[in-house]
Amino acid sequence: MRIPILKLYDCLLVSIQWELDDATALQFQEDLLQKIHETNANGVVIDITSIDFIDSFIAKVLGDVFSMSKLMGAKVVITGIQPAVAITLIELGITLDDVLTALDLEKGLEKLQQELGD
Amino acid sequence: MEVQSCVKIINEWDIVAARQLGRNVAKDLGFGTVDQARVTTAISELARNIYLYAGQGTVAIEKVQRNGKAGMKIIAVDEGPGIKDIRKVMEDGYTTSGGLGAGLPGVKRLMDEFDIDSTPGKGTKILATKWLR
Repeated sequence: MRIPILKLYDCLLVSIQWELDDATALQFQEDLLQKIHETNANGVVIDITSIDFIDSFIAKVLGDVFSMSKLMGAKVVITGIQPAVAITLIELGITLDDVLTALDLEKGLEKLQQELGD
Repeated sequence: MEVQSCVKIINEWDIVAARQLGRNVAKDLGFGTVDQARVTTAISELARNIYLYAGQGTVAIEKVQRNGKAGMKIIAVDEGPGIKDIRKVMEDGYTTSGGLGAGLPGVKRLMDEFDIDSTPGKGTKILATKWLR
């Protein structure tokens, strides 16, 4: 199943609602970059409130999506990382240092507007 | 319904099956959300290691009891190339896959007990246990 990517003004909005397998994660990576290209979006918010665990593979895909979108000229903010997910990622040794994050979708959109400078 | 306690790891879908099994057992034993995430993540990493390095193997989940405490044990076994230098793979930041997995030190931190036994050319067996607090 593909993850829906919605356009909202000059941004893209993604809400990941179910556990990601490898193939879905990689398909999403491709779909999102394609959608950025098609819509000329400046920013993307990826909400992962419903995700209750992230392993190193999914973390790598999310980190890569951030870097790849940046190369294309779009900013990505990841929102809604659950306490359990934050704890396990750090214990696992994954810090996702460069990735922009926000507490929830609302704060994510605010952060994106700040980053985009309007 | 009987809980399946062993998953054969042959393709990447089996990684999903293994961690779902682990999460169900963790929930069943009464682990909190953070420990459920720890166990699920650890299983995902161990199953991925098997898939990446050994091609195939098994991940078994066992409910265990010790001194009145309950816990769950992950047993990851493969007959892959084995690990030559175990001390080296237990160092943070060591990778042979270019950063695909977080590596074994991460799994060790997520679990309470961690034990690895590997023979080059024969395979690897990893035991990792999490106790109910």
